[in-house]
Amino acid sequence: MSDPVLSVKGLSTHFFTRAGVVKAVNGVSFDLARGEIMGLVGESGSGKTVTGFSLLGLVDAPGRIVEGSIKLNGVELTTLSEAELRKRRGHEISMIFQDPIATLNPMLTIGQQMKLAIDAHERVSAAAARSRATELLTQVGIPSAAARLRAYPHEFSGGMRQRVAIAIALLHRPSVIVADEPTTALDVSIQAQILAKMRALARETGTAMVWISHDLAVVSSLASKLAVMYAGRIVEEGPTATLLRDPRHPYTAGLIASLPAMAKPGAPLNQIAGSTPSLLSLPEGCPFSPRCTHASGQCTTDADMTQNGGRQWRCFHPVGQTAPEPA
Amino acid sequence: MSDTNTPFRRFWTEFRENKVAVFALAVVVTMILLALFASVVSPQNPYDLANLSLMDSRRPPGFVGSGGYTHLLGTDPQGRDLLSAIFHGLRISIQIGLAAGFVSLTIGTALGITAAYLGGRIEALIMRLVDLQLSFPAILLALVMVALLGQGKAQLIGALVAAQYAYFARTAYGAAKAERGKDYIEAALATPLSGRLVVWRHLLPNCTPPLIVVATVQIANSISLEATLSFLGLGLPVTEPSLGMLISNGFPYMMSGRYWISVYPGVALIILIVAINVVGDQVRDQFNPRLRK
Amino acid sequence: MLGFVIQRFLQAVLVMAAMSVIVFCGVYAIGNPIDIVIPPEATQEIREQTIRRLGLDRPLYEQYFIFIGNLLQGDLGRSFVYNIPVLELIGGRLPATLELVLISVISATVLGVSLGIYAGYRPDSWVSKTIMAVSVLGFSVPSFWVGLILILFFAVNLGWLPAGGRGETVEIWGIGWSFPTFDGLSHIVLPAINLALFKLAMMIRLARAGTREVMLTDTVKFARAAGISEGTILWRHLLKLISIPIITVFGLELGSTLAFAVVTETIFSWPGVGKLIIDSIAVLDRPVMVAYLILVAFLFVTINFVIDLVFALIDPRVRHGAAA
Repeated sequence: MSDPVLSVKGLSTHFFTRAGVVKAVNGVSFDLARGEIMGLVGESGSGKTVTGFSLLGLVDAPGRIVEGSIKLNGVELTTLSEAELRKRRGHEISMIFQDPIATLNPMLTIGQQMKLAIDAHERVSAAAARSRATELLTQVGIPSAAARLRAYPHEFSGGMRQRVAIAIALLHRPSVIVADEPTTALDVSIQAQILAKMRALARETGTAMVWISHDLAVVSSLASKLAVMYAGRIVEEGPTATLLRDPRHPYTAGLIASLPAMAKPGAPLNQIAGSTPSLLSLPEGCPFSPRCTHASGQCTTDADMTQNGGRQWRCFHPVGQTAPEPA
Repeated sequence: MSDTNTPFRRFWTEFRENKVAVFALAVVVTMILLALFASVVSPQNPYDLANLSLMDSRRPPGFVGSGGYTHLLGTDPQGRDLLSAIFHGLRISIQIGLAAGFVSLTIGTALGITAAYLGGRIEALIMRLVDLQLSFPAILLALVMVALLGQGKAQLIGALVAAQYAYFARTAYGAAKAERGKDYIEAALATPLSGRLVVWRHLLPNCTPPLIVVATVQIANSISLEATLSFLGLGLPVTEPSLGMLISNGFPYMMSGRYWISVYPGVALIILIVAINVVGDQVRDQFNPRLRK
Repeated sequence: MLGFVIQRFLQAVLVMAAMSVIVFCGVYAIGNPIDIVIPPEATQEIREQTIRRLGLDRPLYEQYFIFIGNLLQGDLGRSFVYNIPVLELIGGRLPATLELVLISVISATVLGVSLGIYAGYRPDSWVSKTIMAVSVLGFSVPSFWVGLILILFFAVNLGWLPAGGRGETVEIWGIGWSFPTFDGLSHIVLPAINLALFKLAMMIRLARAGTREVMLTDTVKFARAAGISEGTILWRHLLKLISIPIITVFGLELGSTLAFAVVTETIFSWPGVGKLIIDSIAVLDRPVMVAYLILVAFLFVTINFVIDLVFALIDPRVRHGAAA
C-alpha cells in the first residue's frame, strides 16, 4: 500500500477545566489511505468530534493536544505554527459539520462565502472565483448553480445547505475531509442522496474522508473501514464488512447487536447496560469493563492493541474467540 | 425557618464566596446605618439655621469653625458642616430611593401579574403601554413628571415611580407569563375559586427572584436619578438638601478651586450607587440559572 | 418588502398620534397655565383677553384639535416667556444639540464596538478585564457626576480644555457649527465625552456579548475549518452577525442621548435644546415643553422607523420576508 495520506499516532487531547482534566481523546491512532473512507463510530461523548477537531488543529481552549502525532501528506501538524496550520485548513484538510443551518453565515450570500474560502488560499479574479464556485456547486448537485451564488442560506433547504457546505469544503481539492455527522440533521431520504454524493465525490476526486457518526448503519453503508471509539479510545478497527460480521471487542458487538436491523420483528431491541463513564474519572484499565459482561480482574490493567490480519482490537477477552491471540 | 439549610442560608453561603460583593454589602449597610443615625453621628444639625453662620461658609476641609469643632470635609456655601450635610443628605437619598423602589415594585408587579394572569385585551393594553414607555429614557419621563407635578418629596417619588414601574411590570410579566403557560396552572384554574391561590402560590413566587434583582438595580437608579434631578434644580427644596442638591450647590464654586463642596457629597453618592450595583450583580448571578454550576 | 415598509410606517403614525394625545393631556390637563402667563395684578379684562387669545377657555378636546391642526401646519404656539414661535426657538437651539449628540453617539459606537469585540475575542486578557471594569463604571456612575469630574480635572486643575459654551462656530447652510473650528472642537470635547460614556459602556457590553456568542458558533468554526484567517472572520463574518443588535441599540441610544443631553448641556452650559427645556420646566413655559416632547417623540418614532428600514436592507431574512 502507498503511504497513508493521513497518519495519526497516539493522539491525546485533554481539556483542562476547573473541575479537572477531561481526557476527551486518549491515545488514538489510525491511518487513512488516499481516497479511503473511514467511519469513526461511537456514542456522544466518546471523543470522536474532538478527534475531528484535533486533526484540523481547531481545539478550543481549555482543550489542547497533549501528545501524539498527526501527519498529513507526510507533514507533522502538531508542531506547526497557527499560521502554517491555517494554510492547510480548507486547502489540504477540511471539515463539514452536523447542522447546515448553523454553519453558513445567514448574512452573506453563498457566492460571498465561497469567495472568502477561495481567497483564504489563493489570489484569483472575481470571475475565476465565480466559475470555480459554480463548478463545485454543480458537482455537489445544486441546480442552476451560477444563479444560486447570489442567494442567501435561508433560501436553501437543509439538504441543499449541506451540499453548499460540502462544496465549500471541496473548493481546494483537499486530501482529507473530516465529516462530523453531516447527515444527522437531515431527513432520511435526503441523507441517502448526500451519502451517495459523497461516495461518488470521494471516488472522483481521490479525497479521503473521516466520517464521524454515532449511527453504525449510516457509516457502514459508506465506509470501507471502521474505527469504534469508546471513552476517548479506539477500541476496535478493521474493514467494515469483517468488523460487522465478526466483531472482536464486546462494545462493538454490543453496538451491532443493538442495531434495529439485527432484531427480530416484535422482539425488544438489544441494548448495552449502563452508560458512558465520566471522562473526568475514567476507571482503571479498560473504560468499558464496568458495563462489560466479559470483564475479569485482568481488565483493570490496560490492554494493548491486538493486531490480526488487517484488523485490531483492544481487549483481553475478545468476542468469538476463547483466548486472546498472540500479538 | 429553624432549618439550618433554608434557602436564605444557602444563598448567603454562596454570596459569601464573592469577597468584593461582601465588602460592597458591608458598605451599603454602613451607609444605611449612617443615614439612620445621621442626627447622632453628625457634629451639627445642618437643617437648623440657628446653627449656621455665614462666617463659616465655603471653608476648606480641616477648618475649625465658630462651633468650635473641626469641619473634616469643610463647609458649604450656607456654612453647613459638609460631613453632617452628607450624612443627612444620604438619609434623604436613601429614603427616596427605597420609597420609589418599593412603590414601583408594587405597582409594576401588580400590573405585570394582572396582564399575565388575565391575558387577552387587558394584557395587550397593559404591555403595549409598558413597552411604549420603556422605549423612552427614564430621565425624560422623570423630567416630564416633575414638570407636571411640581416639586417636593412626594412629587419626586411620584416622578421616579412613573419612570421606573415599567421595568418591574416587564419583569413580573415575563416570569408570570412563563409560569402561567404551564399545564398545572391551567389545571388549577379549571377548579373554581382557585384564581387567587394561583396568583399567590404560583405566579408571585415565580416572579420573586428576577424582581429582587431588578429592585436592587432600580433602587440604585432611583438614587442616581433623584441626584440628577436635584442637580438640575428640579428635585427637592433647598432646605433639605439630598446628595444631588449638595453637589449642585457646590458646582458654581468648583471653578474657583473650592472643589470639596461638590466632590465629597459626590464621592458619597458614587460609593453608595456602585456598592448597591455590585451587590445587585452578585444577586443576579446567583439567581441566574444559566450561570449556575 | 413594500408591505413591510407600509406596515411599519402605519405603526409609526399610530404611535405618533398616541404620543400627541398623551403629551397633550399630560401637559394641558395638569397644572394651571393661566397663573403662569398672566401676572396676578392684571385686570380681569386682560386676563380674559389673554385666555381667549391662547384658547385656554375652550373644552379640552377642542384645544387638542386646535393643537393638532396647528401642529400639522408647523405651528406649535408661542413661548410664554420669550414670546416668539416655539418652533423658531427650538429650531435655533437644535443644531447645537444634534451636533453634540451625533458626535457622542457615533464615537461611542465606533470605539465601543471595537473595544467590545476585542473584549469578547480575548475575554481573559487583562486589557479586556480593564475594558470591562471601565464599562461597569460608565454604567453605574451618574452622568452629571462624570461631567463635574471632567470639568474639575481638565478645565480647572489642568486648564487644558474650556468648561462651557460652544466656542467659535462656523456658518454652514446658515446654521452655526462648532466642530469645524479648533476652538469649537476644544469646547465640544468634554461634553461629548460626558455624553458618550454611558453609550460607550453599553456598546462595549453589547459587542462583547455578541462576539462571545458568535465566536462559539459553528459558523465561525466552519470558517476556520475552511482556512479563513481570524482577521477576515472578525471583519467579514462577525461584524455582520453582531450588526443587528448594535444597530437597534444605536438607534435607541440616539433618541435617549437626546434626552440625556439635558444633563450634559446644563453642566457644560451648552446652548442646546436640553438647556432650554430645563429652563422652560422651571418657569412652566408650556408650549416649549409640549413642543420639546412632541419633537423627541417624533425623533424616536422616526429613528425606529428608519432602523426597521435598515434591518430590511442589511438582513436578507427580513428583506425576503422569511423572518417574522
